[in-house]
Amino acid sequence: MIGEYLWLIPAFPLAGVLVNGLIGHRLPRIVCGAVACLAVLGSAVVSVMGLLHLLRLPAGEAREIHQTLFPWIGAGSFQTSVSLMLDPLSAVMACVVTVVGFLIHVYSTGYMARDPRYHRYFTYLNLFTFAMLVLVLADNFLLMFVGWEGVGLCSYMLIGFWFQRPSAAAAGKKAFLVNRVGDFGFLLGMLFIFAVFGSLDYRVVFERVAAEPGAITATLTAICLLLFVGATGKSAQIPLYVWLPDAMEGPTPVSALIHAATMVTAGVYMVARCSILFVNAPAALLVVAVIGALTAFFAATIGLVQNDIKRVLAYSTVSQLGYMFLACGVGAFAAAIFHLMTHAFFKALLFLGAGSVIHGMHEEQDIRKMGGLMKWMPITGFTFWIGTLAIAGIPPLSGFFSKDEIIWYSLAGPLGHWAFWGAGVVTAVLTAFYMARLTFKTFHGQPRMPEDLRSRIHESPLSMTAVLTVLALGAVFAGLVNIPEAVGHRLHLPENAVGAFTRFLEPSVVPKKEAALLIANAAGNAPVGFVQPAPHVDHALELPLMGLTVLLALLSIALGANWYVRRPGTGAALAARAPALYHLLLNKYYVDEVYSALIVRPGMALSRFLWRGVDVLVIDGLVNAVAWFFGIAGRLFRVAQSGYVRGYAAGMLAGALVVIWALTR
Amino acid sequence: MAWNAPVPFAGWVMLSGILFSIGAVGFLIRRDPIIMFMCIELMLNAGNLLFIAAARYLGVMDGQVFVFFVMAVAAAEVAVGLAIIVAIFRTRSSIDVDQMSAMRG
Repeated sequence: MIGEYLWLIPAFPLAGVLVNGLIGHRLPRIVCGAVACLAVLGSAVVSVMGLLHLLRLPAGEAREIHQTLFPWIGAGSFQTSVSLMLDPLSAVMACVVTVVGFLIHVYSTGYMARDPRYHRYFTYLNLFTFAMLVLVLADNFLLMFVGWEGVGLCSYMLIGFWFQRPSAAAAGKKAFLVNRVGDFGFLLGMLFIFAVFGSLDYRVVFERVAAEPGAITATLTAICLLLFVGATGKSAQIPLYVWLPDAMEGPTPVSALIHAATMVTAGVYMVARCSILFVNAPAALLVVAVIGALTAFFAATIGLVQNDIKRVLAYSTVSQLGYMFLACGVGAFAAAIFHLMTHAFFKALLFLGAGSVIHGMHEEQDIRKMGGLMKWMPITGFTFWIGTLAIAGIPPLSGFFSKDEIIWYSLAGPLGHWAFWGAGVVTAVLTAFYMARLTFKTFHGQPRMPEDLRSRIHESPLSMTAVLTVLALGAVFAGLVNIPEAVGHRLHLPENAVGAFTRFLEPSVVPKKEAALLIANAAGNAPVGFVQPAPHVDHALELPLMGLTVLLALLSIALGANWYVRRPGTGAALAARAPALYHLLLNKYYVDEVYSALIVRPGMALSRFLWRGVDVLVIDGLVNAVAWFFGIAGRLFRVAQSGYVRGYAAGMLAGALVVIWALTR
Repeated sequence: MAWNAPVPFAGWVMLSGILFSIGAVGFLIRRDPIIMFMCIELMLNAGNLLFIAAARYLGVMDGQVFVFFVMAVAAAEVAVGLAIIVAIFRTRSSIDVDQMSAMRG
């Protein structure tokens, strides 16, 4: 039944785009905002209905609903239709996108209230929601690519929304260009898939791979690596993460929706969607895990010293996305999607909280000029604390469940290793610390803003605080859908309450046990010999290790309180004691500078050569030479056209005589 | 050669050549467009004469057919040409062809 209404999910935001895009400038603001919010609310309702419908169906293969809208491209053996698919994975993604998206739309009505291009903002936001829903609901790679490019375009337009600021325009351009590198990888991967399987339909490709596991490991490894290049671009992983921190130039709700909660998770979604490909290519899976772990760690270290409230959160996003890829890489795809979901709630909450702070502080983003804001903004402060505790992994908030599942499987998962576990724990500690630093410096301690600003600080309007409250509820309770086995058994919970989310998701992604077998099988005929199945890890270790992580996180928060509230100045003293390290982190490992020297400047030099040398000199030169030749020739021959009739007649006669002479010779 | 003997073909060719040369030279040296038209007619009719003579000499009708076409075209050409000359005279009060060089390149 719901199968006939799937098209409504993307259709609602598209209708919103049409209304706001075509006649939005004539509508009053309240109507613009209402249209945009209701459009997303409509698809949220249909998405949740779809999710509930799937839950009512018997578990297993049957939980997959397809709807073909119309045939799209038919050229010989290449057939693609515009068709949608609702399975547990896409249902979860659609619900996250629409529910979090709806809340952020509501928040935006307050945040953007005074912006002169209000209708255009909501047009872009709805267009983004449409593209993201196409991405997650597509049932073939080509349609997914359409959504993939669509969200990239919307991201570009929204990062550069305040294009009057040169930095915003540059950031939008940077995001677009860096994403193009990744998109090119995705495109190549897609073409490779078509060349090998003759189809881009998920069902055809995945069934072919599942039917002959380990048959074409080398080819699959290439395909998966290319797809992962696409994922690193969209999901901001090493080496293509550099655009995300700069994307904070956009309006804060955009950062929350696109650059924290939804679009950047597209790469994780894609890897999870193609999990059957990845488990048959263990070398590629190992690359995913290593990149994920490295990104998680390095982004967290950069986040330790940043002073812009949104930048800290941006690096935190990169780091958390690294966690998700780590989970995918060790073969725990469901854990990655679980973290994706909880992260959507608490990261949206943190970003919107940051937006509320910026709004209340009259566009101040530097945490060195904040402090003690709890007094002025209690709701924002309280909900921000919930987000901080959730991302730090303090039980029983949502982040605890999802993050500890990832850390556990990075040890016990099919490709788990102590090194991955170590990276996960260290990153968790760093995460707790930089979030504590951010929260304490913003909301506690002595106020450090100028005197005249203090009287004008205000709590945000209801449309913003209400959204913060709802998201805070999500950040607290979203984790309860997937209570880990170790905890559930200790608390004697009923069997169906434990790991419910994982069990729901597992028809869509490869379950861990099956993944272990497939990886071991594929590793047997892998061209590389370094992929080892995970060592057996005792399940009794799970609870103690979990406790250790939580304890370390709590200690980091306490350390943050000590350094930034009780004895402010400790941070500066530490920075003075290790200036080299501090500046390395503050300047983000100089990655932007390195890229600038290695890629951007040679690229510019090459472009300048092609412009001045090839284009101006050679191509324009050839064209100009031809024109010059005819100019000279015309100037020579114009003398003949004297305008005297008898001159022409004499010419004709002479010509005729020459012809006669030539013929009679 | 008797006084009423037929003129040989070479004579027609020579007469035609003389008429054509008179027309060509006249066209080149006169400045009055009316005279120049007459010269053109002279050249055309030199051609006609040659056609007729050749037709008679060869015993075929093609040349005579061509002459009809040439006469029709010449009549049309004179009609158009005179109309142009009248129009030029109305605007410039002169029909000296050497003064009509506005189309100089």
